[in-house]
Amino acid sequence: MKPTIVTEGLRKRFGTKIALDGLDLTVDAGTVLGVLGPNGAGKTTAVRILTTLLRPDAGHAEVAGFDVVRQPDRVRAGIGLVGQNAAVDEALSARQNLELFGRLYHLSTAAARARAGELLDRFDLADTGGKAVKRFSGGMRRRLDLAASLILSPKVLFLDEPTTGLDPRGRTEVWAAVRGLVAAGTTVLLTTQYLDEADQLADRIAVVDTGKVIAEGTPEALKSDLGGDRLDVVLHDAAALPGAAEVVATVTGARPETDADARRVSAPVRDRVAALTDAVRALHDARIGVEDIGLRRPTLDEVFLHLTGHLTGHGADEEVPA
Amino acid sequence: MTVPWALVDGWTVTRRDLMHWLREPAPVIIGLLFPVLMVLMFGFLFGGAMAIPGTADYTEFLLPGMFAMTMAFGMEATMIAVSTDAQRGVTDRFRSMPMSPSAVVVGRCGADLLNSVAGLVVIIGCGLLMGWRAHGSVGATLGAVGLLLLLRFALLWVGIFLGLVVRNPEAVGAVQILVWPVTFLSSTFVAPATMPGWLGTIAEWNPLSSTAAAARELFGNPGWGGDSWIAEHAVLMAVVWPLVLVAIFFPLSVRRYQRLSR
Repeated sequence: MKPTIVTEGLRKRFGTKIALDGLDLTVDAGTVLGVLGPNGAGKTTAVRILTTLLRPDAGHAEVAGFDVVRQPDRVRAGIGLVGQNAAVDEALSARQNLELFGRLYHLSTAAARARAGELLDRFDLADTGGKAVKRFSGGMRRRLDLAASLILSPKVLFLDEPTTGLDPRGRTEVWAAVRGLVAAGTTVLLTTQYLDEADQLADRIAVVDTGKVIAEGTPEALKSDLGGDRLDVVLHDAAALPGAAEVVATVTGARPETDADARRVSAPVRDRVAALTDAVRALHDARIGVEDIGLRRPTLDEVFLHLTGHLTGHGADEEVPA
Repeated sequence: MTVPWALVDGWTVTRRDLMHWLREPAPVIIGLLFPVLMVLMFGFLFGGAMAIPGTADYTEFLLPGMFAMTMAFGMEATMIAVSTDAQRGVTDRFRSMPMSPSAVVVGRCGADLLNSVAGLVVIIGCGLLMGWRAHGSVGATLGAVGLLLLLRFALLWVGIFLGLVVRNPEAVGAVQILVWPVTFLSSTFVAPATMPGWLGTIAEWNPLSSTAAAARELFGNPGWGGDSWIAEHAVLMAVVWPLVLVAIFFPLSVRRYQRLSR
């Protein structure tokens, strides 16, 4: 079956700044692709091209079988977009917003009203009554934004940093809503700067930097690319870090990383349990006080650092929001 | 025959603005009353010191100028509405929906013209209370109202364009400050003949002056009696100027809207 979203060699520049430098993505029907990258990586530009808001300079993009440049109307009829801002009318109530957008999706007045009622219930906004959206919490606004994108039950949903600026509770609310949609078979392309968000929601992750995909795979595969599990040792006293690093190097045969602030030594390991027991014994013998020791999967932060040489959130240019 | 979607969707967008008026009437009411304040200020506060050649009745001279100025002030409301939508991403949502692409501007246009009609009614009512009268025929009076709304229609496109360019409701304040001198540098309040020569010429060629002078002529109110070409062809220029503005700013706005994506 043909993928629901395909981009091939997408290029876009703004003046001298290259936003997309040959972006290739594919998203299969019913799956979630997490596009992960720092500010300025080109994520928003890609979403704007896929949602027909922006024309690419070169390359080709199809959504649900339609070309975004040549058949923008067909694309628009099958997609929903949740941008970085909650793009709803602040002065109106949740219901008024949904009815307004329903009318603009060419539903009849009665159908728009019925659909608004369904969506208000589904997104737990039914009790907001006549309250203006400007008095909503960030999470409520974003849920309304999602609801407005789903009036026509689109097959494909684009979420551009859907939880940026939300508090943890708002994020959890939005995540739950997205999971519900995915369970119902919606294909989702989600951009995020948050590694845990991609890990939580996405079936596959495309890591984007300076307008190109630099790695792609399942969250698990990306993590194992980095060399599997890591041994973490947290010390009582930062002064013991060099000694502990030496011990860990001997046990694991790898060059450990040290973090003075966290009083932590960490290194990749192959033989998990053996490495752990050896390390415990060797640290004890060296009389190094250990507060915590354990094995863990590498975080996506480490994946990103490994792939790009810089941490997320340290992108060169601020991406101009929609 | 079915009504084109551009109009159906446009009306939906207009209705959205009407809902705003109902939900948040304060800004609309202030917008409607502001020109009244200006009239009272110029009519009673400064009016006594104003001398217009050839007439003793400043109110009769002032009101048509204020009508034109009310139309010009409406441009700010257009700008704020357009830039707020662009900044909040509402415009992007509209553009990513399978609705008629022109509906957003058609709807804006409908809402702002309705607002302008309301504004004109208020300020004309205020003028009538102050003793201003239209002395011309019914046709001429309607013609004057039509020319005033034509100016507003033209400035609508200037407002849409500037709103899309500025895209930041806070920065609109700066543009508003620039609108003031442009509206004052006209024959709205005083006769350009009283200004230094070059400034008077600019004031005479201000589109606002043409509409104000044409309205004075059609309402049968005293003008300031300029004898330059532009002053003598006020009604013609009150048609030409708005058309020129539309010819420039309509395509610019459409282009800007399509390329909103920067």
